[in-house]
Amino acid sequence: MTDPLLEARGVTKRFGHVQALRGAAFTAHPGEVVALIGDNGAGKSTLVKTLSGALRPDAGEILLDGRPVEFAGPVDAQRRGIETVYQDLALAHDLDAAANLFLGREITRFPPLRLLDRGAMRRRAAEAFDELGIRLPDMSAPVRQLSGGQRQCVAVARAVAWASKVVFMDEPTAALGVVQREQVLDLIRRVRDRGVTVILISHNMPEVLAVADRIEVLRLGRRVARLTAADTTVEELVSAMTGGLDQEDAA
Amino acid sequence: MNSMTESYDDTADGGRGRGAALLRNNTLWTLAVLVVLFLFFAVLKPAEFATTFNIRGVLTESAILLVLAVGMTYVIVTAGIDLSVGSILVFSGVVAAKTMVALGGTTAGWGGILLGALAGVGCGLGWGIVNGLLVAKAKVPPLIATLGTLGVSLGLAQVITNGSDVNRIPAKLSNVIGFGLVAGVPWLVVIAGLIAVLFGLLLALSRFGRHTYAIGSNAEASRRVGIKVDRHLIKVYALSGLLSGVAGVLSLAHYSTTTIASHTSDNLGAIAAVVIGGASLFGGVGGIGGTVIGVLIPGVLRNGLIILGAQRFWLDVAVGAVLVVAVYFDQLRRRARERE
Repeated sequence: MTDPLLEARGVTKRFGHVQALRGAAFTAHPGEVVALIGDNGAGKSTLVKTLSGALRPDAGEILLDGRPVEFAGPVDAQRRGIETVYQDLALAHDLDAAANLFLGREITRFPPLRLLDRGAMRRRAAEAFDELGIRLPDMSAPVRQLSGGQRQCVAVARAVAWASKVVFMDEPTAALGVVQREQVLDLIRRVRDRGVTVILISHNMPEVLAVADRIEVLRLGRRVARLTAADTTVEELVSAMTGGLDQEDAA
Repeated sequence: MNSMTESYDDTADGGRGRGAALLRNNTLWTLAVLVVLFLFFAVLKPAEFATTFNIRGVLTESAILLVLAVGMTYVIVTAGIDLSVGSILVFSGVVAAKTMVALGGTTAGWGGILLGALAGVGCGLGWGIVNGLLVAKAKVPPLIATLGTLGVSLGLAQVITNGSDVNRIPAKLSNVIGFGLVAGVPWLVVIAGLIAVLFGLLLALSRFGRHTYAIGSNAEASRRVGIKVDRHLIKVYALSGLLSGVAGVLSLAHYSTTTIASHTSDNLGAIAAVVIGGASLFGGVGGIGGTVIGVLIPGVLRNGLIILGAQRFWLDVAVGAVLVVAVYFDQLRRRARERE
């Protein structure tokens, strides 16, 4: 197997009396879809936040390309090629798709005035959507007017457009209907095929098995199992999450 | 690509062309209302209403409100509100007047006038920064923060003047800026127009404008992509304060006195103009083009009703009703659009 792209080793994080992570480990390789699963309170969100720069771990280390890193914040992680698609979408609903794709990274002209180069942004946004096979009914309409699935596609496309290495997706299909869910899963596969690692957080086990290459299971703030999707069943996943299966890291 | 991609435009309604885009354009609808209103009065009272003199009057009366409304547009687009504009106008006017009086009073030259104007505009900027710090850093809701500075700045203006207006304004200031014409257009209108064009373009075309919309639309999302939301909000409230300062100097020029007691409803006038112009109080939507029309609709309505001989108390009734009706129709259109 290739060397890990993003890795967490022995990460701990405590919030007051709650020990969210107790020496958690995580590994993601280049160009794979890896699902991070666990019951509520297993520490998924906390682990993702430390890996994407939103939280600083109390102890343990994060390695990117085999070298230890300390993220100053999410924007720092973004600069190193790690993007996050948030559960609540995080789009500006009154702006159009291209504006959202370039939000905070606008292409501008005439440096002192920083006028927007709308043409260039629209062209490059259209290319980015095309590349991922995303079709929007109206590129100039505020994203408020798009369907939930289309909005999720815009959010994913934005992350992918800027992520050179890793995209985190936190429950990307949670609020979607059946058809839209398929669209997003399809999109996740296409992102992986472009060589970007996708780290998927999901509660939906059949979905995890359908789209992920590998699955890592967290329980009570530790990694308890690493599984290959192809030879795993929903029952095994549930058993790993609830304590029936404990492969590693046990004291 | 596979068949799944084809269903990406499952909710598309295909033939959306230029015409549909125009129908969606709020500003165009508001402009139509203004034109109809204008034609209505022009047909009823052509000799009195549709004259150069009268139109010049309407524009002059609207100019100072427009300067306030331009700043208010930025604030409302960020989903904020600025109640303090009228008080900051008064405070800035008082400081400008005091400075000009100290530098020669009615006979002061352009140097003294310029210094006075700078002092006034500087005070406006200062109050705006205070508003911005309260909203962005102290996290006081904009309604309360600017209600506070409304009281404080007006009170301090009265403390400075002992409650009586400052007169003895330089004659040059009122003769040129206050009443003078450039190529037949009043100076006040030229200045307000330039401010509207400049900041209209900035809002529509610049990165600063784009971030203003983004923050009003989703402040948290803006923060996550690295936009410095707090700093941007401070700049936006500072701009509103700065323009209130400019309006204070213009008001001084036009009325030749500080008019301390006459600006209590300027804030509501500016907010009404911005909202009639199509901005949403929830943020993320609005524009200076709409605001210009939003200033002119009540202006034309007032003027037309006066010419028709309506009792002046009815004017406020009419303007208030227009505000509510405009927002109601806007809501209807928005809802229809969301259902598409």
